[in-house]
Parts: sequence; structure tokens; C-alpha cells
Amino acid sequence: MKILVAVKRVVDFNVRIQVKADGSGVASDGVKMSMNPFDEIAVEEALRLKEAGKAEEVIAITIGPKASQEQLRTALAMGADRAIHVETDEDIQPLTAARILNAIIDKEEPKIVMLGKQAIDDDNNQTAQMLAALANWPQATFASQLEVDGDVANVTREVDAGLETIAVDLPAVISADLRLNEPRYVKLPDIMKAKRKPIDTFTLADLGVEAAASVKVLKTSAPATRQAGIKVETVDELVVALKERGLF
Amino acid sequence: MPEYKAPQRDMMFVLNDIINVSELAELPGFEDATPDIVQGVVDEAAKIIENTIAPLNETGDREGCRFDNGMVTAPAGFKEAYQLYSESGWTGLDKSIDFGGQGLPYTLATAVSDMLCAGNDAFSLYPGLTNGACEALMEHGSQELQDTYLEKLTTGEWTGTMCLTEPQAGSDLSQVRTRAIDQNDGTYLIEGTKIFITGGEHDFVDNIIHLVLARLPDAPAGVKGISMFVVPKFMVDSDGNPGARNPVVCASIEEKMGIHGSSTCVMSFENATGYLIGNANEGLRYMFTMMNLARLMVGLQGLGVAERATQGAIEYAKERKQATAINGGETIIHHPDVRRMLMTMKALTEGCRMVAYDTAKHYDISKAHPDESVRKTANDRVELMTPICKAFATDVGCEVASLGVLVLGGAGYIRESGMEQYIRDAKIFCIYEGTNTIQALDLVGRKMKMNLPQTFIKEMINDLAAESGNDELGFIVEPMQAALNLLDKTTQWLTAAALEDPQNPAATAVEYLTMYSLVTHGHFWIKAARAALAKQDDDFYKGKLATARFFTNKILPRIYGLAPVIMAGSESVMTAEEDWL
Ligand SMILES: Cc1cc2nc3c(=O)[nH]c(=O)nc-3n(C[C@H](O)[C@H](O)[C@H](O)COP(=O)(O)OP(=O)(O)OC[C@H]3O[C@@H](n4cnc5c(N)ncnc54)[C@H](O)[C@@H]3O)c2cc1C
Repeated sequence: MKILVAVKRVVDFNVRIQVKADGSGVASDGVKMSMNPFDEIAVEEALRLKEAGKAEEVIAITIGPKASQEQLRTALAMGADRAIHVETDEDIQPLTAARILNAIIDKEEPKIVMLGKQAIDDDNNQTAQMLAALANWPQATFASQLEVDGDVANVTREVDAGLETIAVDLPAVISADLRLNEPRYVKLPDIMKAKRKPIDTFTLADLGVEAAASVKVLKTSAPATRQAGIKVETVDELVVALKERGLF
Repeated sequence: MPEYKAPQRDMMFVLNDIINVSELAELPGFEDATPDIVQGVVDEAAKIIENTIAPLNETGDREGCRFDNGMVTAPAGFKEAYQLYSESGWTGLDKSIDFGGQGLPYTLATAVSDMLCAGNDAFSLYPGLTNGACEALMEHGSQELQDTYLEKLTTGEWTGTMCLTEPQAGSDLSQVRTRAIDQNDGTYLIEGTKIFITGGEHDFVDNIIHLVLARLPDAPAGVKGISMFVVPKFMVDSDGNPGARNPVVCASIEEKMGIHGSSTCVMSFENATGYLIGNANEGLRYMFTMMNLARLMVGLQGLGVAERATQGAIEYAKERKQATAINGGETIIHHPDVRRMLMTMKALTEGCRMVAYDTAKHYDISKAHPDESVRKTANDRVELMTPICKAFATDVGCEVASLGVLVLGGAGYIRESGMEQYIRDAKIFCIYEGTNTIQALDLVGRKMKMNLPQTFIKEMINDLAAESGNDELGFIVEPMQAALNLLDKTTQWLTAAALEDPQNPAATAVEYLTMYSLVTHGHFWIKAARAALAKQDDDFYKGKLATARFFTNKILPRIYGLAPVIMAGSESVMTAEEDWL
């Protein structure tokens, strides 16, 4: 069984995001970039399945500019067997990403596609769901526990009401939530070995996908800074204050 | 205690924009050190250090090492963290591939040590001392000794120590008395007591490999009669596994001011079996092989503690509200004097990082460049910069740690803030591996005789000439011109005054080292300013340029207080007689 894991290059979660002066986006020049943390969890889970003998091969895939190969190398250093880079400088929105992944599914025929539940840059939380629809596969999103039993995956999901356990037939799309696992520390020798693992490169044209932007970004701006609060003495005052602001 | 976050952007700035680390991949043997590997190494080392080693800094300080009947237990968590760190391959980063290392440049090891030291200075000593032992065995050990010990030391499965100091032999190692008796079977019996041995005993590993300075019965007196031996805690059997216990025992451990997580041991050699490294009576020379790297390492400890104190102080100053500042700001970071302290901390710390990484790159060139004359020039630079990296960066460690406490006010003096630990940890860095006095004497003595400080002054002056038309850099180039002239003049004075009276350089060496270091920092701040000027649409680079300005206006001028002090020579220092003190 093959597992395909999608990983995305994002601004590192430690970086204080700065909006570009012209409002065209957030500054990423010289800023530390990392693998989306949820994707790291997805990679870890795929590797654990392989180590448990439930999968033969783990393939990492990313869609993005040349530099995104750094994130593929991270996945390879964690233990993925090989990687696929769909190289593009275009802004890739969830639906395009899902189409690209679907095209790769046709080539690789994996039994599981693992993704992070969302990427911390745009926080869309859409790609996994869209991919499942395009591939006409079952989906198990927000996984916090995963157990593969033959052709079935038993997935515990983090839903608003608590936890929900579902069984999905494979092949399926699974998206990882924060508590699914704690990703391993990469070993230095594995960083070196990753350099020698193969990365196949495709363009969008190779896959017959166009980077259609269904959503247009008009302007990016920093959230307004929070105003200082006021102290009220009584519940009555609180009610008045809330009413004044149209909140009650 | 403030959480440690590896200053990865600062580190990458120095690696890429200041020292051009990508050039290393062009050296034979370092082909793997491509930009992606550099980035990968920094990223992954940062993760393991931030998450598993740095959190033990404070608990390690509180708990300390425990001694019981010859056994030493390190603070809780140290053993597990060490095992994770070594099993992840970090100890072998720059070690030979032949013995299980990764053969990467020392420059990368330096970047990792920068983080390791900042994360946990006490912890960093366990792998740190092992590096010295590896280096000495690699350079001077027989094939047999290398085969027996190097792989396990490289992987960190075993650790190493440096056993030099004895009660009567500290700075002056010619006084070493530990005896070695030839058994005429390839082994020696070692007998004597060593004190202050870092990592002499602990509970992490299956074997500890001591490198010991001792004297053969017929050895000439003084430094020419010192030999170096390998003494394993457990004898190594024919399969390479630890076997019988060798009688080298930890008699006690010291109660210390700081670095409580590191064991500092009295080691008693009770006719322990040892093996000679290289030739008899050449031990001191071999020792300098490990000393030089160890000195650079201690410099990184100074840098590390400075980085950590700076992070803690900046974080606090952005939160703490106390009296509206003149500019209307509500947090203390807006008070000009708090800002002065923070900028001083930042400028000194970042300057030390630039010098340390640049020296590391020269070290790699000195080892790997195909051209002998290039290797020689690079080695000269390492020789010159070793006392500067060691002494100045550790002085900076103390200054910055002390400022860090002051930035927090009363809270800084309270244990819970974590800031006072940095002062206690930082002081030892000025002492071991040769006190900062010994470093300064090395600079004005041996290094000056080799003409190294003079040569680098010329190089800095030449580099400056290339910038003289650049108006935007005028703010630093002009003051640096004046500074270099004064340094040149002071150096000439010192060379002449040394001939008149050797007490002149001896009494002014420490101030001279400080002056030399400050000008060297200026040299690197020009590079930083140049790189930052090109990218002024980004706060990070604006910050670099602002720091370069601060350094120029507020730190570099310290040399104007130092030059006259140096040129006043030794007279007023030595006039008062011993009894008058
Ligand atoms: C925590 C700790 C860990 C250590 N770890 C190790 C270790 O792993 N292995 C090891 O072998 N040693 C170790 N040491 C010993 C350390 O290297 C010595 O303490 C140091 O070299 C200074 O020697 P000393 O203590 O004898 O001081 P001294 O040499 O007595 O120095 C006292 C003062 O005199 C000055 N002085 C001495 N000689 C001169 C001179 N020629 N000219 C001018 N001034 C001079 C010194 O600068 C200093 O200010 C450690 C020490 C400590 C405290």
C-alpha cells in the first residue's frame, strides 16, 4: 500500500507576520519558512503506518515554487521514501491543489492520501474535502487517531461536540488534526540521506491542470490593534455598555 | 525562565550575508554542505534544542549534580536529552565519516553549538569536551587508539574529558605532577589527582574516555616533559565493549557558582591503565590541538548566554509597564536607558556571532582548502581570533547577563525570572580553557610575535578603503577609519614598549584584547550594514542597520578610553609594592 502525503511550505509558526507595505500580501522574503505543522503530523502518521507494516511506501508531495523542495527534503529526512514536486510560482488555491493531487492519484494510485487539516498561512481547511469529492473517495477529516485494518481505516475525528469515530473504506482522504501524534525529531544522518532520495518534478501543464483562481485577494492588511478595555462595576453597567455597542 | 527560541534569522543572516557559507560546499570533502543542508541542519537542530534541551536549563540549575560513593547523577532529564541528541546524530556533525560522523564543516557545528550553548550551557559541556578528545585522538592518536575509541566518541555513545588541572597546576601546566610508568607492554600506569574535571563522572553513557596529561619518570622538567594519555573508565575488550573497571575514580564533585548541570569532578587515578598518545613528552603540543577548538567552544558559551539573556530582557521590557516614558510609551522598553541596555546587549551579542562564525569558516578553509598557502592564511586567522573569540565573547557574556538582570529590575534578581542564573553561569567561561588573562597574554605574546594582529589590521584597513566612496556607509566607515588608525598606533606602541619592559604588554594585554575585539566587531558591522542597506523595506534589516549605527556611536568609542590606558603601560600598575596592597 502506498500513502501519499501532501505538505505545504508556509511561513514558520514562530514568525511575527508582517503585511507588505503595498497590501499585496504578507512579507516572506528572508522569512523563515517551514512545513505546515499539520502536514508534519500527517507525514509522521504515514511513517508510523509504514513502520507498523501497514504501508510499503510513503510519498511526499508539494505544490509550489522551487524553494518548496526544502519542505520535501524535510519529509524525506523524516523518512518518506520519495517525493513529488509540482513546481509552480502561481498562487495555488485549495481547488487547484485538490485538482493537482487528484491528477497525482491517477498516476500513483495510493490507498491513502494524508493531508494536514489546514495550512497555517490561509487557514482554508478545504483541500482534503475537495480532493475527496474530486476523487470520489470517502474522507475522514480532523483525525486524532487512526487505525488501519485491512481495507478499512478507523478514524477518530475531533468534531465540535467532542470525538467521533468513523470507519472509511480505502482508498480514502484523511486530514490530520493537532493531537494525532507528535512528529519525531529528524536525525542528522537522515538529513544527509534525504539529499539522495529522488524527487520527481511536474509542471501544472504536465498534469493538465490550470491554476484557476476562484477567489481574488483584493488587499491584505494587519488586523486592527486591540483597544484597551474598560472596567465596569456592576452587571447593570455591563448590560448598558453592551447595549451601547449593539452587542446585547 | 524565558523560553529559548533559536535566533534562526540572525544565524542565517550571518551564515549567508556575512560569511557566505555557500562557499564551503566548493571545498573538497564539503560538497554536501549545500544551502539546503545548511538550512536543514539549522532547522532540525533548533527543534530538538528548543524543545528538549533548553527546557532543562533552569531545572538543571536548581537540581544540580549529585554525588554518591563515586557515582554522579546529572539533573533529571539530562540523560534522556543527551541520548536523544546523540542518537539523532548531532554529536558527529563535523566528525570524520570514517568513524561514523557526517563530515560536515565545523562552521555548521558552530551554528549548532551557538544554539546548544544558549539553550543549555551546562548541558553543552558534555558533548563539548568529547569534541576535544576526538580532535586530539584524530590528530595524534595511533590507528589502534583511533579504532578503539573514535567511533563511540563520534556517535556520543561514550563521552570524553580533558584532565589537565591539578591543585598546583592551573594556568601553568608545567607544574603537572601526575605520574605515568611504562609497563613495557604498550600500557602505562597513571597515578595522581586531577581537579575540576568537567564530565569526569556522570550517568549518561557506558564509558568515559579521559585524556590525561602526565609525566614519565625520566621526563625533562617543565612543559617539555608532559605526555598525553588515554585512560578509559572501563577497559575496552577485544570486541570494543566496555569491560573491567579501570581504577580512575571520582572522589568528589564541586559545589559551584553556576553551570550546576555540569559535573565538575576531582578525579583520582589510582594506578589506572593508560595508553600513550603520539610521542612521549609532546603532550602539551597535542593538548593545544584540543585546547584551540575548546577555546572557540567556550567563546560560543559566552555568545550563548548573551543571546539567552538578551532574549529574556527584550521579552520582559516589552511587557513591563513602569512610568510613562518621555516618548509616551507605556512599557519600559521606551525608556531611553532601558533601550540603551537592550541595544548594547543586542549589538555585542550579534557582533560575537559574526566573529565566531567567520572564524569557524576560516577553520574549515584551513583544513580543507586545496591550496597550501590559502590554508596557512586561514589558519593564521584562526590563531589570531581564538583568544578574541574566547575572551571577548565570554566578557560579553558576563556584561550582557549582568545587564539582563538590571533590565528586569528587582524581578531580575529573583530566581524565578531565570535571569540571575545567566550571571552565575557566565563567569566560568572567563576562567576555564585558559583565563581571559591567559588569552590576552597569548594575543600580545605569541600572536603578536607571529605578526598576526598587525596583518589583520592591514587587512581591515584595506577592506575599508573599498568602502570609502559609499556615502550610505559613511556613518560607520569614517569612525572605523579613525578606530583602525588608533588601533594601529596602539599596536605599534605596544610592540615597542614590550621591548623596553615585558611588563608593559603583560599589564595591558586585557585592555588591548578588548580594544582589538571592538575594532574587529566594527569590521563585521560594516559588512552587516552593507548587507542590510540593500533590503531596507524589511524590519529585520532595518534593525540590523540601526544596530550597526548603535555599535558605531555607542560601543566602538570605548576604545578611546582603552588606548590611553594601554599606552600608560605597566608603571602605575606595578609601583605599589606587594606589602602596600
Ligand atoms: C567549573 C570548572 C570546570 C573546569 N573544567 C576543567 C576541565 O575539564 N579540565 C581541566 O583540566 N581543567 C578544568 N578546569 C580548570 C580551569 O581550566 C582552571 O581553573 C583555569 O585554567 C585556571 O587555573 P587555576 O584555577 O589554577 O587558576 P590560577 O592559574 O591559579 O590563576 C589565578 C589567577 O592568576 C592569573 N594568572 C595565572 N597565571 C598567570 C600568568 N602567567 N600571567 C598573568 N596572570 C596569571 C589568572 O588569570 C587568574 O586570574 C575547570 C575549572 C572550573 C572552575
